Amino acid sequence: MEIQKDLTIMGSNKNKSAAEKTAQSVFTVSALIAVMAVASITIYMIINGTPALFQVGADKLLFGTKWAPGALEPSYGILYIILTSLIGTTLAVLLGVPMGVLTAVFLSEMASKRVAAIVKPAVELLAGIPSVIYGLLGLMILNPLMYKLEMKLFMGSETHRFTGGANLISAVIVLAIMILPTVINISQSAIQAVPIHMRAASEALGASKIQTIFKVVLPAAKSGIITAVVLGVGRAIGEAMAISLVSGSAVNLPLPFNSVRFLTTAIVSEMGYAADTHRQVLFTIGLVLFAFIMFINISLTRILKKGEHNHD
Amino acid sequence: MTNAFAADAVMAAETKKNSLTMGKKRISDELLKGLIYLSVACSLLLVAGIIGYVFVKGISSVNWKFLTTVTSALEGTVGIAGNIVNTLYIIVLTLLIATPIGVCSAIYLNEYAKPGRLVRLIEFTTETLSGIPSIIFGLFGMVFFGNTLGLGYSILTGTLTLTLMILPLITRNTQEALKTVPNSYRFGALGIGATKWYMIRTILLPSAMPGIITGIILAIGRIVGESAALLFTAGSGYLLPQAGIGLLNKIMESGGTLTIQLYLSMAKAEYEVAFGIAAVLLLIVLGINFLTKYLTKRLDVSRNK
Repeated sequence: MEIQKDLTIMGSNKNKSAAEKTAQSVFTVSALIAVMAVASITIYMIINGTPALFQVGADKLLFGTKWAPGALEPSYGILYIILTSLIGTTLAVLLGVPMGVLTAVFLSEMASKRVAAIVKPAVELLAGIPSVIYGLLGLMILNPLMYKLEMKLFMGSETHRFTGGANLISAVIVLAIMILPTVINISQSAIQAVPIHMRAASEALGASKIQTIFKVVLPAAKSGIITAVVLGVGRAIGEAMAISLVSGSAVNLPLPFNSVRFLTTAIVSEMGYAADTHRQVLFTIGLVLFAFIMFINISLTRILKKGEHNHD
Repeated sequence: MTNAFAADAVMAAETKKNSLTMGKKRISDELLKGLIYLSVACSLLLVAGIIGYVFVKGISSVNWKFLTTVTSALEGTVGIAGNIVNTLYIIVLTLLIATPIGVCSAIYLNEYAKPGRLVRLIEFTTETLSGIPSIIFGLFGMVFFGNTLGLGYSILTGTLTLTLMILPLITRNTQEALKTVPNSYRFGALGIGATKWYMIRTILLPSAMPGIITGIILAIGRIVGESAALLFTAGSGYLLPQAGIGLLNKIMESGGTLTIQLYLSMAKAEYEVAFGIAAVLLLIVLGINFLTKYLTKRLDVSRNK
């Protein structure tokens, strides 16, 4: 009897619908985990990041320029740290984006299929290299070079504090290299999405290949390239381990040959031993970084939405 | 796409033959072309330089003892076996937690959800999660899993932190894979009386398997290379787990991965060890890269059929 019951359509209906319902609710809960994660990260960052703002005073903390958490009268000004992150990221993007976009142009407009099949995977390897390895190479290759340059430039200077090459420029170069694969990837797909008839029309009017690329193709791929820039900014501003040793470790005005500290590296280098107010200030630094990232994320969604409308 | 490019090439050749400017070269064109080639050359040099430099510098410190023993002050030897084991622990545990969640969430988004506010919220948060820098995950993991849940500096804390980090990667890859499964499979299964869950289990998931596996391998690459999120969560222990029950206890102990050990060696100016670990890491990363390439190619072939 029981076997027959299993074979009918209606017989096991109850069990089946129970399994169906369970499955659906498991899927729904899993999908909500991402929402819960972002919500709790936001809440925890705010809970842990705001107390220092009241203890130290928001203006003293955010606009103070003296960072001396270990002093007898500790001072927690993080203005230079914020400025370093902003300027360092901007410089890295200015360096990395043109190089990345031009490489993307080469890959999608000029390279033969064979050449592209070699260059593309090679460039993609850059994305997979762990950030600590970038840090190690920056420390071992860039810093000695920078030190030589520094020695030449500031030979007789009495005001310059020598950094041994661990300065803003080194960090910017490392960051620029690290955003390269992102920029190349995204802008290449943007360039390839430009319809072929636009190129054909331009060339039919007598424009050269290069003129077509720079006057027609790149402007048409604008929104994709902007996406690449924004993603590059996000990656550069959030990078920690690669630049924590390369950039030196003193809090200074972000001038090219100064040893500097970024938002991320400030957390990495002091979280291990910080306590009390000092620790809370580090969380405030995390909150500032988080605010920047959320701003970048939201503007990215805006840009992507706009791009969709344009293609319609 | 291929045809379009071929047509483009032919058109370009035609244009050159008939163009008024034939033979004349524009200086600005040549300049820009030079810049393009310079960028490409720089990018390629960077890749070759980085890989070459790490291997040349690091290969000499990699030997059997380096890979299979633990650093011992007593004997004065350096080894990374403990870190390799920690890395494996974290990879396996993270995938065990993140894969089911990621796959289920992709199934929900693709098969169950109706477009609306909830789906937009889930997709936005998944997107956000992939944009949050790892140092923020590290801070959150330290406070939430480490302090609030009382897990301290342990492999479990690191695992849970990384789970959140790689979740979007697995969700997105599974979603892409599910999208390539033709609708006729779904209707066919439902039409002959299969229930939805049965259809998903027996038709959709096997068809989407290559995509899911690609996602998992990409996630392994991300975990192997991760450092900032682990520094304040998994800690820096470098000892091998004890046999027996110790294998389980290890989950609650601190354990530094290869990247963490590399960072610590670098900070202590032990550059030979650092380059040794870097060479090992790079080998793993290159292996993962080729594996992903191979799998995506296979996935493409099955799609073309």
